[in-house]
Amino acid sequence: MAMADQEAKQSFRLSMLIYDSRYRAMTIQVVALILFIIGAGWLVNNAAQNLAALGKPLSFGFLSQPAGYDINQRLIEYTSQSTHGRAAIVGLLNTLLVATVGCILATILGVTIGVLRLSKNWLVARLMTVYIETFRNVPVLLWIVFTMAIFIEVFPAPREFKGADPSATMKLWDSVALTNRGVFIPKPVFESGSGIVGIVFLLSLVGIWFFRRWARAKQEATGVILPTFWISLGIFFIPAIATQIILGNPISLEYPVLKGFNFKGGLHLRNSFLSLTAALVIYTSAFIAEAVRSGIMAISKGQTEAAAALGLRYNRIMSLVILPQAMRVIIPPLISQYLNLTKNSSLAIAVGYMDITGTLMGITLNQTGREMETVLLTMLIYLTISLIISTAMNVYNNSIALKER
Amino acid sequence: MKNTVLFGTVAAASLAAGLASAGTLDDVKAKGELACGVSTGLVGFAAPDANGNWEGFDVSVCRAVAAAVLGDANAVKFVPTTGKTRFTALASGEVDMLARNTTWTFSRDVDLKFTFVGVNYYDGQGFMVPKELGVSSAKELDGATVCIQTGTTTELNLADFFRSNGMSYEPVPIETNAEAQQQFLSGACDVFTTDASGLAATRATFENADDYVLLPEIISKEPLGPLVRQGDEQWGDIVRWTLNALISAEELGITSANIEEMSAGTNNPEINRILGTEGDLGGMFGLDKEWAKRAIAANGNYGEIFEKNIGENTAIGLARGLNAQWKQGGLIYSPPFR
Repeated sequence: MAMADQEAKQSFRLSMLIYDSRYRAMTIQVVALILFIIGAGWLVNNAAQNLAALGKPLSFGFLSQPAGYDINQRLIEYTSQSTHGRAAIVGLLNTLLVATVGCILATILGVTIGVLRLSKNWLVARLMTVYIETFRNVPVLLWIVFTMAIFIEVFPAPREFKGADPSATMKLWDSVALTNRGVFIPKPVFESGSGIVGIVFLLSLVGIWFFRRWARAKQEATGVILPTFWISLGIFFIPAIATQIILGNPISLEYPVLKGFNFKGGLHLRNSFLSLTAALVIYTSAFIAEAVRSGIMAISKGQTEAAAALGLRYNRIMSLVILPQAMRVIIPPLISQYLNLTKNSSLAIAVGYMDITGTLMGITLNQTGREMETVLLTMLIYLTISLIISTAMNVYNNSIALKER
Repeated sequence: MKNTVLFGTVAAASLAAGLASAGTLDDVKAKGELACGVSTGLVGFAAPDANGNWEGFDVSVCRAVAAAVLGDANAVKFVPTTGKTRFTALASGEVDMLARNTTWTFSRDVDLKFTFVGVNYYDGQGFMVPKELGVSSAKELDGATVCIQTGTTTELNLADFFRSNGMSYEPVPIETNAEAQQQFLSGACDVFTTDASGLAATRATFENADDYVLLPEIISKEPLGPLVRQGDEQWGDIVRWTLNALISAEELGITSANIEEMSAGTNNPEINRILGTEGDLGGMFGLDKEWAKRAIAANGNYGEIFEKNIGENTAIGLARGLNAQWKQGGLIYSPPFR
């Protein structure tokens, strides 16, 4: 072996890098890599030189300077005296909030519509086709602006709730106010004793898990199917509500009340958040519906017929036979829809939603003039979020992939 | 491994092409037009008319500079910029100058590396509210929802004002003036705040302008003026002295009506120097003798521009106030042409 190697080494000539097919592929790759490194280096160096010429060398010191501006929707403590870095985190959390809520709702809506589009009911199937074609063929920015316009123009201003004979009233027994500044809903207030209610609730979740395991074991052993859904629902609500009543309502609700210019108290869902989420959800759900439809149609009809021959009803065929197999086809395009939704949330500034693009790449960029730094940082953040989503979904995808034994 | 040729990482070659730093003046002359950054549409200051021609107070500054440099007041490419995009547009060289209600501040001048060439409008931040709200002072705005244009000094002033008065508010950030109007008119915000001149201009476009009032408080100093990139002194001087020529013209009584007559020669040597019949001021920064004459002839002097676009006889109806000539008790003052 060593002998052979030595011979090969002795007979190696430089021209073999081009003429010998053993080395040529490697040569081409190495040359391409060098060119790429030189090209990238030139770009970076050019940018650095130009920034230096402008007198603005790359520096991230601004992140610890006070921001000076206020943000309306903040999930963590933030004032105008906080730093630009903290403002960026507030924006990041807002991005994550809209992305999480958006992905969940888009999935629910998309799966429902995708299944309904395959319905044998002509009207339902056509309606879903119209839904899909309408929403996925108009740019999402237009949907965002459109939903915002609806919120602003259709719902009444808070001052219309005022007076002895107001032109607008609160809905749902005076607990919810729909205004053109957003929706105000009651907020839970946790007093002493609410911890016990929480523990009881967690215990009932554990109880549901054990009950379901027991029910499945029983079904496999005896064939008796218990009404698991209704019993689970009962375990979910009844113990926690009972504890809440016994302990004298430790978890109470704070209702929104009109005070001065606006509603105070309660939870304020701003119309910027609502319209952005709604637009992203209806837009993305149309794509998800198509992915779901393709996934279902990829399953051979024989599977449905075989399941039907076993006496399963349509709902059970769908949930036990078709969807588990269809998931393998659905998940990969679903990943890219989640990524799209997250990235599309950067259009938030169109409705004044303060996401990471609005804070870090918006106001902070403008007040500090650090274009390069803020844009790089924002890109890095979106890249990180996307990679995390992608990794998590790929792990899930692998867990449901066809396991060959 | 033995047959593998090992390559070290190649250090990036310093092939960088330096920033093309020929003077802005030469660039503008070569292009044959001046790229001027203006706002996306603020009636009276910069907005396209029914035929798509840009007009307004800030637009006139662009036209004056184009007339001085290129001899044609229409050789301007107007680039609409939002509060957020304007500085990037100027820093990147997309526009040659910015005439867009931009407040002269320390950090913009020093940290953002711009040169403010002067002030063409002394402004301050104000508040506009609907009359039916029954508010008579900005101190009564505790808890109000406030529409602000994002990317401006106003959002910083607003934060400071509410904090120093111990009041709370809900900011609604908005990208352009048009969106702000939509939100404000539908009552999605109680208050609209921006520079008082901008509020007056916006109010003038409302269907029921009388239903809205400007509150008396002015919470900041907002000296608005044209600006250029730092580092090209020649170009900065040209824009600065074009603005000064417009201001001096008003002070010395040169108007678009009498400019031809005056350029035949007068007894006042300063007028002669401005109009190029005496000395060669224009030659000192690379222009011809009649640069200022063309700049003034383009839209008239500072006072004429003010009256035509935003003055008391227009829908916007701004009084000269601080923007009167220094001889009339205002702050508008040009250094001497000498």
